[in-house]
Amino acid sequence: MLGLLIVLAAVVLAFVPELLVSDIGTANRGNILSRLKPPSDLFLFGTDDLGRDVFKRVILGTRSALTIAVAVVSVAMVIGVPLGLVAGYMQGFWSEAIMRITDVFLAVPQLILAIAIAQILGRGAESAMIALAVTYWPFFTRTVYAETQRVRSSLFIEALEGLGASRLRIMAFHILPNVAAPVIVRATVGMGFTILTAAVLGFLGVGATPPDPDWGLSISEGRKYLPEQWWYATFPGLAIMILVLGFNLLGDGIRDLVDPRLRKSR
Amino acid sequence: MLLFAIRRLLLILPILLGLLLLTFLMLRFGGSDPAAAIAGDIATPQQIEEIREGLGLNQPIIVQFWDYLKDAARGDFGVSVYSNRPVGLDIARRLPATLELTFAALLIATVFGIGFGTLAGVYRNSIFDYVVRIVSVAGLAAASFWIAIMFQLVFAMELDVLPLRGRLPTGMEAPQFITGLYLVDCLLTGNLATFWEAFRHMILPAVTISLGGLATIARFTRSAVIASMQSEFAMYEEAVGYPRHRVVFPYVLRNSLVTPVTQVGLLFGAFISNAVAVEAVFDWPGLGSYLVEAIFTSDYQAVLAVTLVIGAIYGLVNILVDLTHGLLDPRVAERM
Repeated sequence: MLGLLIVLAAVVLAFVPELLVSDIGTANRGNILSRLKPPSDLFLFGTDDLGRDVFKRVILGTRSALTIAVAVVSVAMVIGVPLGLVAGYMQGFWSEAIMRITDVFLAVPQLILAIAIAQILGRGAESAMIALAVTYWPFFTRTVYAETQRVRSSLFIEALEGLGASRLRIMAFHILPNVAAPVIVRATVGMGFTILTAAVLGFLGVGATPPDPDWGLSISEGRKYLPEQWWYATFPGLAIMILVLGFNLLGDGIRDLVDPRLRKSR
Repeated sequence: MLLFAIRRLLLILPILLGLLLLTFLMLRFGGSDPAAAIAGDIATPQQIEEIREGLGLNQPIIVQFWDYLKDAARGDFGVSVYSNRPVGLDIARRLPATLELTFAALLIATVFGIGFGTLAGVYRNSIFDYVVRIVSVAGLAAASFWIAIMFQLVFAMELDVLPLRGRLPTGMEAPQFITGLYLVDCLLTGNLATFWEAFRHMILPAVTISLGGLATIARFTRSAVIASMQSEFAMYEEAVGYPRHRVVFPYVLRNSLVTPVTQVGLLFGAFISNAVAVEAVFDWPGLGSYLVEAIFTSDYQAVLAVTLVIGAIYGLVNILVDLTHGLLDPRVAERM
């Protein structure tokens, strides 16, 4: 419930930040006179080295964090789910080829591979998104592959095959709905995971570029002003934690809904 | 068991080969022209062509890949633009620092994760249980590099109880190189003063890296302990009148630990990933900060070599995990 609340609030803020901050348009406008001011009534989270309001930038950062997460997870699903279906349902060459390619991508922690790809594509939010999507699809393929293998031996699939349904039809209309639940759970948790990884890319300088209000980037900029101007690096990190927490709780909640067996353990 | 280990080792080889192909393709087609980069801005097209010839870039792509494989097999990953030393040598020099940090983090995560998880499971719904659950959920959601910075802010800058960065204080000499792990080397040479400093320097980065894993292990341990506490044998023992600790330690824990311990190994990838940014924050001279330096200097060779080395270590660790699983659970060993 809390997870759903956090995620909904973040989505609303990302689309209409004006609800909380009336002049969000000024978030990227600096004012040298109000440089590095501590949190106060006027600047709730203080100001940064260019005199920009940290609160407004954190709010505006919600949009870019959500955009990256949604884009990365959708692209990864579009690539990963069909491959998993094909690999799980068909046997032989294509199945083997797909799963061995998946193994290669999963042989390195996602972040490391994403760093390498993002760096080669050049600095920027787009390359970070491409790098994250290219390294995240194998997780969907793995999930869908395992589930499809389980479903494909069921009696109803055999019946459909006997009736002469095409393989495409069986995969799209009969197997896919049966493997949807774990995919949805993975996608929800993957959102939070992607926000975390994207923040690391931003922090390391292979992601968003200034003046993006990206949270990871803000933390790396704010770090130079510790310990006196503690607020600059602290609040973007809190924002990451709350939003990721929201997605994780939502993922747990959805899993409990679709898989009641797991509910008794809490 | 031995056969299983050998088979698994052989199975990594094609995966590593695939990884090499992937990094090779990225190097050749993704990045900028290496010949142009070496030649600099004022080179004539002819000079660039000569360098291309010298690097073997005009050879058929298959031949280039074969050369790349031969070099990689010898640990030759080219020369780093950043340090001007062979990348392989840089990696060999920095790997022990990362391994030491990751092992320390694994140890912290296992000991405290199992400890907290067990207590939370035994005293279910107590205040302690709630604290463990809330902290572990939050710990999984926080960015590790941010926690690293917050730890620096609180423990090094404000309270000044732990060092801010590095493996040793500036000016202090590193222990004699035996394993490259400072703590082990200090003990082997009996150098306790350096040991103490190395230990103090490791606390913040190791704890930061361990947090996500600690939370995961605590959660798994907690639910496994709850499940075995509700099992018939535990209820029987309690009914017979065994005191709680006699039920928990010998019986419940032994039945609950298989899942969390296998999680430890699966978490290794997360530990290595966390280490990259955390090392950069703490100026820890390991593979992670090397990777970050390589990013800043656009040192493709170094970035891809680190990717490969981490891939190889990751594969080995996964085999170790499966073997441990077999040792812990005889039923699994039988299937190996």
